[in-house]
Amino acid sequence: MSEKLYNNLLFQSIFLMSFLILVGLLIPNWLVFVITKAIAYGLVGLGIITLMRGGLVSFGQGFVFGIGGYTAGLLGTQAGLTDAMLLLFVSFLFTGLVGLIIAPLLARYRDIFFAMLSLAFSMVLYGILIKIDAIGGSDGFVLPESTYFGIKPSSEYADYVLYVVAIIMTGFISILLRYYYDSTPGLIALAVRENELRVEYLGSSAFNVAVLNFTIAAGLGGMGGALNGIALGHIDPEFTYWTTSGEFVFISILAGYLSVPAVFLAALLLELVRSFSGRYFPDTWQLILGLFLILSIIFIPSGIGSFFKQFFDRLKKSK
Amino acid sequence: MSKQSLLRAENVNKSFGAVVAANNININIDKGEKVSLIGSNGAGKTTFMNMVTGYLKPDTGHIYLKNEEITQLDPRIITQKGISRSFQIPQIFEPMTAWENLLIALGTSQKKHSYFKNARSKENGDFIDEILNRFALNEFAHRQVSELPGGVRKLLDIAMALVRKPDILLLDEPTSGVGAEEKYPLMDTIAKALSGQGLTVIFVEHDMDIVQNYSDRIIAFYQGAVIADGNGNTVLNDSNVKKYVTGKTEVKAKS
Repeated sequence: MSEKLYNNLLFQSIFLMSFLILVGLLIPNWLVFVITKAIAYGLVGLGIITLMRGGLVSFGQGFVFGIGGYTAGLLGTQAGLTDAMLLLFVSFLFTGLVGLIIAPLLARYRDIFFAMLSLAFSMVLYGILIKIDAIGGSDGFVLPESTYFGIKPSSEYADYVLYVVAIIMTGFISILLRYYYDSTPGLIALAVRENELRVEYLGSSAFNVAVLNFTIAAGLGGMGGALNGIALGHIDPEFTYWTTSGEFVFISILAGYLSVPAVFLAALLLELVRSFSGRYFPDTWQLILGLFLILSIIFIPSGIGSFFKQFFDRLKKSK
Repeated sequence: MSKQSLLRAENVNKSFGAVVAANNININIDKGEKVSLIGSNGAGKTTFMNMVTGYLKPDTGHIYLKNEEITQLDPRIITQKGISRSFQIPQIFEPMTAWENLLIALGTSQKKHSYFKNARSKENGDFIDEILNRFALNEFAHRQVSELPGGVRKLLDIAMALVRKPDILLLDEPTSGVGAEEKYPLMDTIAKALSGQGLTVIFVEHDMDIVQNYSDRIIAFYQGAVIADGNGNTVLNDSNVKKYVTGKTEVKAKS
């Protein structure tokens, strides 16, 4: 019984979430903020690895990241909606819906064409956002302070409460995604990645797989954008800029598509590199990031997730 | 048209520029028949197979499955309607194991999917084990397919096509790329795995001994046209078939 519980994904995840929530009480506030941002970026990265499992990579997830951020921001400033959990949830749904609308167009393309078309969407959005003065143009705008079930936490605990919410919501989303990856449709997505023609000749639609995965990726990207906007308290068109999209691709490549936790670890590494190099080596963080990416592609082409998989496979064998 | 007609091609034509790949093809195949398509390279066998499975669309003419027109349908829909195929070069998912390949084939054949239920269920596992057993693939179940020998890869390719329980199974050169000594054991395994299911099998093959031993009807192609259609002895002794396909003057009767 205890071994069964130990191997249960839900139990493992709740244990990990509880641990992280407790750790959040012990670490400095700046690190809590960095981890929250890493979770936001990790959510977008999770979307990209969902696409990667079906053989696609998006270079333009800044598009959904921006839509999610602006959705949360505009709901806060225009509709007075400040509940962080509600904002995250609504941003997830709305951006997922946007994704579902454009996915049939994107899903007709593959490889570099898919990647560049997704990038084009993000650049069009960027171009529009910087021109709309009503929502701050290139400066963006400030989000109202978040509430939780109608309660506004004191500024001292605001970051921690958002961190807890981010961990819980992301934790459960990660569990659902793991279930999806291991389900029949999740496996068919992997098959599409390997041999699309055969999948069609087995009676499944590679197009439908791409639409579904892009919709999921859009929802996750939107939620990540909303979380990032709420954490920063500010949203601007940079959310949709191509360099932002590049960071998400960086996270996905570093993580690989084999493991969900690896994505958040990769996102945390990115945030730490950004924070420390910004502090100690100003204006060189892209250089450090680039070197980091080169080394990771050379030495761990399947990403950090491959270590996780090897570790758990060995653990299973040893039992 | 017979009552049992399963697949029917009517006046089917297909050209690639000046090359005529299908020239007014009229074929009727009944339920349960084992039909082999013969002809030299470029005779139109694979083109016909690709038109039946939706990969190519005829320029003119019609193809019917169970009296329902399938001429313009996509491969996915045709597969769902009951025609499965294997490939000359096995189309399998290379980084996965044989068991996982069959799991995916099984998943694609299931009408309802749960997005939150693990595909590696006991029920699915039992079904896959039965298929592996039927094709004598048990010992290769958990090996990555990229490491498997050619004959085993062929069997897996066919087993994947069969998971859906189709009405018609098309095999594109099932023994190509397989050593001479392996051909008969491979065909025996295939025949055994397919027996007793009332399945209609259409296969493209170059080895005339295989053709004679494993099919009860032969259709010979030459320059996109059907030049002979009938039982083994009739077709293989047809003067046009001897001249354009087998190149033999005499073919031994089926024992």
